[in-house]
Amino acid sequence: MKGGVNGGVRGVLLRVFFVVALPALLVAGWWVASDDSTDVYWPPLRTILTTFPDVWTGDRWRDDVLPSVLRLSAGYACAAVAGVAIGTVIGSYRRVRAVCEPVLEFLRAVPPPVLVPVIMLFAGIGDTMKIAVIASGCVWPILLNTVEGVRAVDSVMSETARSYGITGVARLRHVVLRSASPQIFAGLRQALSIGIILMVISEMFAASNGLGFTIVQFQRGFAIPDMWTGILLLGLLGFVLSVAFRLVERRVLGWYHGLRDVSRRSS
Amino acid sequence: MNLSNVNLAKGRSMLDVRGLQKVYEGSGRRVEAVRDLTFTVEAGELVCLVGPSGCGKTTLLKCVGGLLTPTAGEVFLGGERVTGPPPGMAVVFQEYGRSLFPWMRVRENVELPLKQKKLPSARRRELVADALESVGLTDAAGAYPWQLSGGMQQRVAIARALAYEPDVLLMDEPFAAVDAQTRAELEDLVRGLWRQRGITILFVTHDIDEAVYLGERVLILSSSPTVVQEQLKVDLPAERDQLHTRVAPRFAELRTHVYEQIQAAKRGTPVDRVVKDQRLP
Ligand SMILES: Nc1ncnc2c1ncn2[C@@H]1O[C@H](COP(=O)(O)OP(=O)(O)OP(=O)(O)O)[C@@H](O)[C@H]1O
Ligand SMILES: [Mg+2]
Repeated sequence: MKGGVNGGVRGVLLRVFFVVALPALLVAGWWVASDDSTDVYWPPLRTILTTFPDVWTGDRWRDDVLPSVLRLSAGYACAAVAGVAIGTVIGSYRRVRAVCEPVLEFLRAVPPPVLVPVIMLFAGIGDTMKIAVIASGCVWPILLNTVEGVRAVDSVMSETARSYGITGVARLRHVVLRSASPQIFAGLRQALSIGIILMVISEMFAASNGLGFTIVQFQRGFAIPDMWTGILLLGLLGFVLSVAFRLVERRVLGWYHGLRDVSRRSS
Repeated sequence: MNLSNVNLAKGRSMLDVRGLQKVYEGSGRRVEAVRDLTFTVEAGELVCLVGPSGCGKTTLLKCVGGLLTPTAGEVFLGGERVTGPPPGMAVVFQEYGRSLFPWMRVRENVELPLKQKKLPSARRRELVADALESVGLTDAAGAYPWQLSGGMQQRVAIARALAYEPDVLLMDEPFAAVDAQTRAELEDLVRGLWRQRGITILFVTHDIDEAVYLGERVLILSSSPTVVQEQLKVDLPAERDQLHTRVAPRFAELRTHVYEQIQAAKRGTPVDRVVKDQRLP
């Protein structure tokens, strides 16, 4: 028992070490390799880092980062709601599934960035267009995973629910969606990375603000270190979102991870 | 002890199964799981159904529970025809591991059907605590089902059924997958609860000893295609315990009788069955 506790503390330290080690090594490598670089396109990391606070001032955060994040959130939220709702309907009815499946496979195979020009035709070049682009790319993994999750609801569980009169909305809320939640979260996770990519791309096409827009502006104006700070910031944004996602997932899917650990140990 | 049963037998039965037939059809295969079952269960009675594996016990129970629509025949619960899961009935399934919701704690699993019944929360809390106490799982209320042993999970399933306060409790081989020791404990638990609460129980098993030990009456099913082979009154004392009841001479006689009946049923049907199978498309 005592050894276990010690092992616990050591284990945590080791885990932190493993998490930090590789990024630290990479940053150090970048720093050293680029330190005496005179290449305009490849500025030293030192320069990039010193430029960072000058570029990302309070105004920039408000005028570029915030709009980007808001558009991403709006598009992602629309995709999540639509994906889960439509996916639940398709997953629940065999007939609907038979009709929809080929179309879904086709639509999913279309690379989302291709949709930008198309959506621009309908939705103009404002925020609506960007949100629509993000949503239309994010919705597929969420939808398809939800379909799979809803289909896979255990027959004994659904009979149990039925025999206790748990039907309709209660069944959806307490049984179907909960049972499908591991797959839904897998879809949401894929959608998050797609969303960030589409956020940037949609802003590169036609925009007057946003992260993607700013980075392209820097590049056109040959403000290369500034451009690099933008890329760094995008990477950080992705990282923070992914960590936040994981925290939410841990909470919602705690039961699932526990269950998996138990069945893994016993098999 | 069971005078009330005798009286009720003259009146309306709690559960009335008439000419029940169930044929599964699909993908070119036609399986007649249950051919023709007729029996009744009186209010407050504990009836055991025994039959060989695959004879359609689960099918029968699902028809009684309104989860499957019979091909022919009818089921009446308290005089009302069963067309869907009736509110006064609870089912404990054979696969307990898949019947509890793994995303809910034990307490929530037991409480969910009560919420659906729209009981006020104070009453729900009372029923949940009471049911968990009856099965000796008060301490496990905050655990997830997958953190419990098989026997404990099955007890949670039983607690959920009890808290629901059903008139009729259907149990489908609830102890098939637990070890002998736990099984004996759970058998006593079910009998104890039955005597305390006066619920009507239809208990399905393929274990002859279990059927005789638990039941007031044993219905012996033939192997598929299934009919009721025999109904047997178990005239053991109401007070039963694992140590003495199982070695009583009367117990041995009864179990031998049931065993013979099941053997006879197995011998009797194969011919019939081959003829049946040849007619399949
Ligand atoms: N959904 C189904 N579709 C087709 N056939 C089925 C279906 N469910 C059961 N059967 C068939 O019906 C027969 C009876 O099955 P059932 O599960 O009712 O038996 P059982 O007596 O409960 O068996 P066990 O003791 O193994 O639980 C079997 O031959 C089985 O193959
Ligand atoms: Mg069965």
